Amino acid sequence: MMNDTGISAARPTAGSGDGNVARRNSNRPKYSRFTQQELPACKPILTPQWVISVFTLVGIIFVPIGVVALLASNDVVEIVDRYEIACVPPNMTHDKIGYIQNPSISKTCTRKLKVPKDMDKPIYVYYQLDNFYQNHRRYVKSRNDQQLRDASKANETSGCDPEKTTADGMPIVPCGLIAWSLFNDTYSFTRGNGEAMIVNKKDISWKSDRDHKFGSDVYPKNFQNGALIGGGKLDPKIPLSKQEDLIIWMRTAALPTFRKLYGRIDVDLKKNDIITVALENNYNTYSFGGKKKLLLSTTTWLGGRNNFLGIAYLSVGGLCFFLSTAFTVLSLVKPRFKKKGGWMNTKAAAKRERGHSSDLFFSSLIPPTLSTCCSSDSIVRPRPQPPSRATFSNEA
Amino acid sequence: MAPEQPLLISSPRYSDQPYDFSTINITPPATEPPPTSSSSSLHNPNRLLPTTANQSKPHLPPLPRRYSSRRSFNSSQKLSELNESNARFVYINDPTRSNSPYQHPSNSIHTTKYSLLTFLPKNLFEQFHRIAYIYFFILICINQIPQLGVLSPAASILPLAFVLSVTALKDAYEDYRRGLSDRSENSRLASIFSPTSFSFEYKPWNQIRVGELVRVAAEDPHIPCDLVLLCTSDPTGVAYVETINLDGESNLKTRYAKQETLAKPPETLSGSVICCEKPNRNIYGFHANLNDSISLGPANVVLRGCELKNTAWVVGVAVYTGKETKVMLNSSSAPSKRSRLETHMNRETILLAVGLFALCAITTVLGGAWLGRHKGGLDELPYYRKRDFSGKDVGKYEYYGIGWEIVFTFFMAVILFQVLIPIALYISMELVRLGQAFFMIQDDNMFDKERGKRFQCRALNINEDLGQIRYVFSDKTGTLTENKMEFRCASVGGQDYSGGAGAGEEEEGDGVSVIVEGKLCKPKMKVKTDPKLVDVLRNGKGTEEGDRAQNFFLALATCNTIVPIFAETSDPTEKLIDYQGESPDEQALVYAAAAYGFVLVERASGHIVVEVSGQRQRFDILGLHEFDSERKRMSVIVGFPDKTVKIFVKGADSSMFGVMEKTLNAKIIQATELHLKTYSSVGLRTLVIGMREMNRMEFEEWHSSYEKASTALFGRGSLLKAVAANIESNLSILGASGIEDKLQQGVPEAIESLRQAGIKVWVLTGDKQETAISIGYSCKLLTGEMIQIIINSNSKDSCKKSLEEALATTTKLASMPPAAETTATGLGAGRTLALIIDGKSLLYILETELEGELFKVATSCHVVLCCRVAPLQKAGIVALIKKRTDDMTLAIGDGANDVSMIQMADVGIGISGQEGRQAVMASDFAMGQFRFLVPLLLVHGHWNYQRMAYMILYNFYRNSIFVFVLFWYVLYTAFSLTTAITEWSSVLYSVIYTALPTIVIGILDKDLSRKTLLKYPQLYGSGQREERYNLKLFILTMMDSIWQSLAIFFIPYLAYRHSTVDGSSIGDLWTLAVVIMVNIHLGMDVFRWNWVTHVSIWGCIVATFICVIIIDVLPILPGFWAIFHVMATWVFWFCLAAILVAGMVPRFTMKAFSEFFFPRDIQVARELEKFGNINENRVSEVAMSTFSNNQQQSIL
Repeated sequence: MMNDTGISAARPTAGSGDGNVARRNSNRPKYSRFTQQELPACKPILTPQWVISVFTLVGIIFVPIGVVALLASNDVVEIVDRYEIACVPPNMTHDKIGYIQNPSISKTCTRKLKVPKDMDKPIYVYYQLDNFYQNHRRYVKSRNDQQLRDASKANETSGCDPEKTTADGMPIVPCGLIAWSLFNDTYSFTRGNGEAMIVNKKDISWKSDRDHKFGSDVYPKNFQNGALIGGGKLDPKIPLSKQEDLIIWMRTAALPTFRKLYGRIDVDLKKNDIITVALENNYNTYSFGGKKKLLLSTTTWLGGRNNFLGIAYLSVGGLCFFLSTAFTVLSLVKPRFKKKGGWMNTKAAAKRERGHSSDLFFSSLIPPTLSTCCSSDSIVRPRPQPPSRATFSNEA
Repeated sequence: MAPEQPLLISSPRYSDQPYDFSTINITPPATEPPPTSSSSSLHNPNRLLPTTANQSKPHLPPLPRRYSSRRSFNSSQKLSELNESNARFVYINDPTRSNSPYQHPSNSIHTTKYSLLTFLPKNLFEQFHRIAYIYFFILICINQIPQLGVLSPAASILPLAFVLSVTALKDAYEDYRRGLSDRSENSRLASIFSPTSFSFEYKPWNQIRVGELVRVAAEDPHIPCDLVLLCTSDPTGVAYVETINLDGESNLKTRYAKQETLAKPPETLSGSVICCEKPNRNIYGFHANLNDSISLGPANVVLRGCELKNTAWVVGVAVYTGKETKVMLNSSSAPSKRSRLETHMNRETILLAVGLFALCAITTVLGGAWLGRHKGGLDELPYYRKRDFSGKDVGKYEYYGIGWEIVFTFFMAVILFQVLIPIALYISMELVRLGQAFFMIQDDNMFDKERGKRFQCRALNINEDLGQIRYVFSDKTGTLTENKMEFRCASVGGQDYSGGAGAGEEEEGDGVSVIVEGKLCKPKMKVKTDPKLVDVLRNGKGTEEGDRAQNFFLALATCNTIVPIFAETSDPTEKLIDYQGESPDEQALVYAAAAYGFVLVERASGHIVVEVSGQRQRFDILGLHEFDSERKRMSVIVGFPDKTVKIFVKGADSSMFGVMEKTLNAKIIQATELHLKTYSSVGLRTLVIGMREMNRMEFEEWHSSYEKASTALFGRGSLLKAVAANIESNLSILGASGIEDKLQQGVPEAIESLRQAGIKVWVLTGDKQETAISIGYSCKLLTGEMIQIIINSNSKDSCKKSLEEALATTTKLASMPPAAETTATGLGAGRTLALIIDGKSLLYILETELEGELFKVATSCHVVLCCRVAPLQKAGIVALIKKRTDDMTLAIGDGANDVSMIQMADVGIGISGQEGRQAVMASDFAMGQFRFLVPLLLVHGHWNYQRMAYMILYNFYRNSIFVFVLFWYVLYTAFSLTTAITEWSSVLYSVIYTALPTIVIGILDKDLSRKTLLKYPQLYGSGQREERYNLKLFILTMMDSIWQSLAIFFIPYLAYRHSTVDGSSIGDLWTLAVVIMVNIHLGMDVFRWNWVTHVSIWGCIVATFICVIIIDVLPILPGFWAIFHVMATWVFWFCLAAILVAGMVPRFTMKAFSEFFFPRDIQVARELEKFGNINENRVSEVAMSTFSNNQQQSIL
């Protein structure tokens, strides 16, 4: 743009020596390390020492963690009982859906569990659902968090399709598919000697959810009144913030197989204790072939039973040890200059002739450059010849 | 000629008026009928023709007229007939009438693109020229369809809105700055003649209208619009202007008011009509007439952007205003080019689009299969619930049949995975280029200290191309050389006087001086004189030799268009004579003449004053035929004080020997030719000077035809040429001059560096072959041991023959076993080829079937020198390479004749030197000196390429890793396209979480220091070989991103499988893992960690944490408080650590192994840089020995 040079800028008149210099200098970019791109900087280079020590360090850190994690995981005692098939009366196995949808059939079912190892309190009771896509797009979106939080927003049911309102248009609180499909199997436990074990269902959900997400003045309304009952019902007299099963259920699981905390048993269990579970098998997973499991588990600092982290850490650590050794061996067996020599055979000869000794660590600078310069274009290879001048001139 | 007007007037002092101007009026076309061809169309009944003029003088005094044809290449606008359809009528001092029927634009300028109202639509329209943005826009639209709403409307719009608004802000700021400068420009005051008060009044610039009289005075010398000069403070009508803002030439230009107008007060001209051409951008051309009778040319206008110099005032009539002024018409932006990297990038973008399609297709097919399998249960499936019972009737809830569901799934997948095509990349690239340009401009090493010129980036989108150049096409004059001419040798009358070197020194001390207005004036530039020649001049009066020398220097002093300007010095009694003119050669010659005692003291429109050996003499300039590229000579017809008339001609030897009187001067011609050869072989530019005495008849004959030609309205240029050709004949030779065009500083070193960098330097020059070759030697382009293949042929057949022979030579050389392995380096050592070809031969070769052969020959030569090439041939040669190879070309030049070449090449560089701004205006980058090419290419080009290449790859990587993490999760959500990562995180991902570091790295990271890059030019090869960005690297990067995404997804998946984890918690883990992973990945590839890098990388990770936390403290979002819960567990941190290590191991291992066992040059150089110079000495030794090798062999 012409404007850039400044039409208005008075130009130095020719010959006014001193003014010129001053003007020229004024145009000169101001020097700073930043503008000249000379900021002090650290230039990390992966030297063998660095590479080997990084690999070794990772190995040293990862292997012990792996061991500790494995140990922790093995400390966890877990009792798993899959009951959704066993609880169907034998005469109904051909029509499980009919069984579960028929309210006249008793859903009570008794299971006996054996404690494999001593279990220290607290013992957590979970239920696990398989093949239940709590993360399905249609499902996760079918809720309204404003309604859950604020009593005045009971009519706020957007996004709750198809469980928005009752048939006569009253808003459902809590609305949406998630609440509608609330899990409603119940478990009660007795020890072998008939002593009932109390399941503590208080404070099993996140405190943050109870305090801020689910309103203490929001009461269930019109819930589970529709034509199709999806799951558990809620006591309309208890505010949502106290309905911990709902709160837990509404923290939708990340994966199609998930556990949810049912309660806590604050009793120690001894090895070989027999626990009798009286459960109400109310929840319909038969229509989509989902499994239901009851779990009793202790926890450690690392959570529940899962060997994966331990194994992962062990294998990554082991791999790093291996790589560090490999690198050490390779760099000893094939130091760089020799490698270079083998790599560029033709150049190696030339190099030796030029008196490159093998102890030059950086002797590769010139040869690869040249090799790539010359081979990549069609420059005629130089060769010794006496000077001559070939002139092809057809002009007189 | 009128009888009462003497043909030759004795020359008194210059203050006298030789001609009686008072009697001259506007000459009606009585005795000199206007050319009928144009007049018919000009018969406008409204025209006011002054009828007052008396007819006493049939002829006008001969005045020099300038019809510039020096810039013939530019003047596409040949003098053509003016008719009503392409003419503009300007009624002097009658703006109302001038502006009817059409309203001409006001003189206000608007360089702004937008106004407040138009900004939004116009800017958006411009931005949406990018296909990618349209793609994203369509996706946003699709997303608004309720069934397809993957993202909330706000979240879907945000990324594009962000990108658009950043660009819009940038544009708005630039436009605001332009607006400010417009405003200050428009509000400047000019003095305008007011018809009501009959005096000049001040009005702001933007109110000037066409037809108004404008007075520009020395106090505010800026010309507000394009004016036709009517009168000036100088009685002869001369005005001097500086045109540096217009064309960059810093010397003064002479402009004239017509004799017919300057005699009267301008207001009396009211109503006269100027018929001129429609506004055009040719700043060297203007074609008009006043009242149909007085022709006006480019010498009669002063253009906006110029400044008045050495002139007290001028009055002119505004003919073009505002945006129609030539300067505004010329202020075009650089042509937009697209960089090679970006072209490649588009290829990979298409690959990514294919990948995107594949991901979507997989999702769709699997989703369809899942739906098919669960078809029966969908009605009541708790997490699907097809049936809706909420209404009166049982309906379907958001279900449109399996077919539609599949279609929706596909589009939803496209929306979700859209970022696989990186939206932020485009804006990042723009910002990075901006930053790179900033550093290039700021680079102290590319600052021209002599001229105070910074490097200029005119094109902002090809920075990285600078790192991939393989061919440099260079102009010679002004590019390799300084274009500062120095007079070196003279051959006068067959005698060679080139001994100015030795004894001249002392004489130079006081030099020549003249006294003007009581002050001692000295020429600004000293020229060494040859004592012998001085002697001849001093003592040889009367002898033939002495006369010849006398005439020789008179010719030098008169046969030019130089204007002497007196400049103040620190000593009040002394002044410097600064010779200003358009041609540096002429300046040199006039300085030389001055040094030999022929000091040009004054130039007026009709005469010049020369002080000849202390005696002031006045010469009438009766006619002047300007230089043009066809005749290749100029001539001036001089009336001597002794009333003789002589014609002095100077020109190129090829054209001059043709018009010499051969019989008389045969010997001298022969000797001169010999001298010329010697001069040009040492690289001097040569000119031959001839003269002839004219007798009265001859003169009158010439004069009448000259008059006729110069007032002709139609075909004026060719008529003048014919007149010139007619008179320039039978000359007797005076001699020849040799002018040295000094090589620019550092040119040989620069060429050597470029050559080592694997860049082929081709020189394309208009100079003679000998001059070109000798310059070739002096700038080390040619070396002694090179085999030169010279092709200069006169016909197509001989061209073909030469090419075949040359080809045979090259293949013979190529087929010989490469025995040069044993020598130190492949470059320079041994035999190399140089091709020298001239323009005439190229005429037969370019654009014929011989092109292919020329290409083969030329590319197998190390050096190619093309001499005597026309501008279009220069472009043709560039096109030859561009057409046949993929190699990047760069053209560098300084003159208007290089424009076509600069525009043709991939990268065009203009030298902002002496020859004007034409080259700069057409270029992509502009700089002051040729040698800046080395830091530009080897340092900035290398960096820019390296940075941009990495940035593009990294952006592909960073977006694809994110998409893959999303994709793996989709496989576990019944293909329903749920995301665990919150939609806000996915929106912010490419905008905040990961955007800044890549831009910072793209601007600041340096793989190698400037010093290393300059020391080992070979390192430049990495860009030429496209080492930093190619399909292989792209695939590797993609594989890496897939692996890392697997690590990111599956480690938490396996660790949290069968646990109580909720979607938001694991989503937060994935979010953080992805962001930390890509930033660590970037950090691992950073070459230099300075504080900016640290801040941006760690800052981004911290910013991500903060953003995730902010998203999780909003209770209305489902993920409330999840981050705090999940961060409180060990599993989270163990997962994070395992992800990072497992993800990085393959890349780290690859990097470590390849850098150690298969190091690239750059890696080796980096180690060299860091760990000291174990074999630095040895390396430089090798380089030295090569060099000395060359030296020894270069005995030619």
